[in-house]
Amino acid sequence: MTPTRKRRLIAVGLILLAVGVAAALTVTALSQNMTYLFSPTEALAGKAPPGASFKLGGIVLEKSIRRDPASLKVDFIVSDRFKQIPVEYTGILPDLFREGQSIVATGKMQGDHFAAREVLAKHDESYMPKEVKDAIDKAKAAHASEIKPKP
Amino acid sequence: MHPFVLWFHKLGSPPYFHRLAGRFLPWLYALALLAGAMGLYGGLVIAPADYQQGDAFRMIYVHVPCAYMSLFAYALMAANSFVALVWRIKLSETLAMASAPIGAAFTFIALVTGSLWGKPMWGTWWTWDARLTSELVLLFLYLGVIGLHHAIEDARQAARAAAFLALIGIVNLPIVHYSVLWWNTLHQGQTLATAKISPSMAWPLLSMIFATQVYFFASLLARARATLLALEAGKDWVRQIALTQKVDAHG
Repeated sequence: MTPTRKRRLIAVGLILLAVGVAAALTVTALSQNMTYLFSPTEALAGKAPPGASFKLGGIVLEKSIRRDPASLKVDFIVSDRFKQIPVEYTGILPDLFREGQSIVATGKMQGDHFAAREVLAKHDESYMPKEVKDAIDKAKAAHASEIKPKP
Repeated sequence: MHPFVLWFHKLGSPPYFHRLAGRFLPWLYALALLAGAMGLYGGLVIAPADYQQGDAFRMIYVHVPCAYMSLFAYALMAANSFVALVWRIKLSETLAMASAPIGAAFTFIALVTGSLWGKPMWGTWWTWDARLTSELVLLFLYLGVIGLHHAIEDARQAARAAAFLALIGIVNLPIVHYSVLWWNTLHQGQTLATAKISPSMAWPLLSMIFATQVYFFASLLARARATLLALEAGKDWVRQIALTQKVDAHG
């Protein structure tokens, strides 16, 4: 390798290293305060900004959805399986909204409940046909009843 | 000299590359068309609907290949930029600059199809989560490279300046890729890397990824050939091609 090329290689390498370190530091700094959402546990522990708008993420608790028959008002409970927060929302919900689904609600705390102005559904990264999902659920249910102690 | 190194040096010569790429091009286009047709038919017709998202999940067959290619094209552009900056090889400058518009197009398609998919499933066209934001930054990086390349008069100086920007921007690639693991995002995690997709739905996706990959290479070679002809205009080998093609055209 000629000396000129070696010099260029070292220069470009050093610049890349510096930029890489800068980016890594930025990413680590951001990951400490860049949160897209707060779980109910975090929100109740006071980690979310008080009085300000934030995103609340969790699972729609089973049998907690109550729709107002006269309007688009709906209330439900968001849970992370440890703590739960009641949510109120008026508007159209995404297609995937249902019991047991992960959702992200934007809004602010009003007393003990969360007033949402936007509710988004989050889906996971698995894709399978309906028949496969049904078969898995059936197998899980059978397994659960097997290991349950008989009364 | 080692025969492979010798071949590599030969590949770097514009006339040799022009001839070799020209021979590959029709095969690459045919392969891309075949795999693309197979993937689209498999994805839109044969694959079953998803248990959760129904037919809307079929957007995956366009969205994921394009998003993957947006990263791949950038990595290839950055690698060529590195070679161009250190060794000043004309072919690497050409390949780096030829990747930019194709990569930008794939990024744009990934963002648009993601938005069209997000509205019915998530309930919003856009949200500022880490994955979506870093992918948007990727588009701006591509546009910056293209803009800088066109802003400088001298073609080779322009390519080196833009190559420098392309190389710096590579820090964004791991951020795009790992954003769904490092941060809480609305965007779901990795599907293919963790094999969370049924085989009946996966094969058309792999076929589409293969098709976009091959199409990318075909498009890259075609662009690089055209750029090399312009860069080397006036040289003997280009004059030769111009002459023979004129004879061909007049039958």
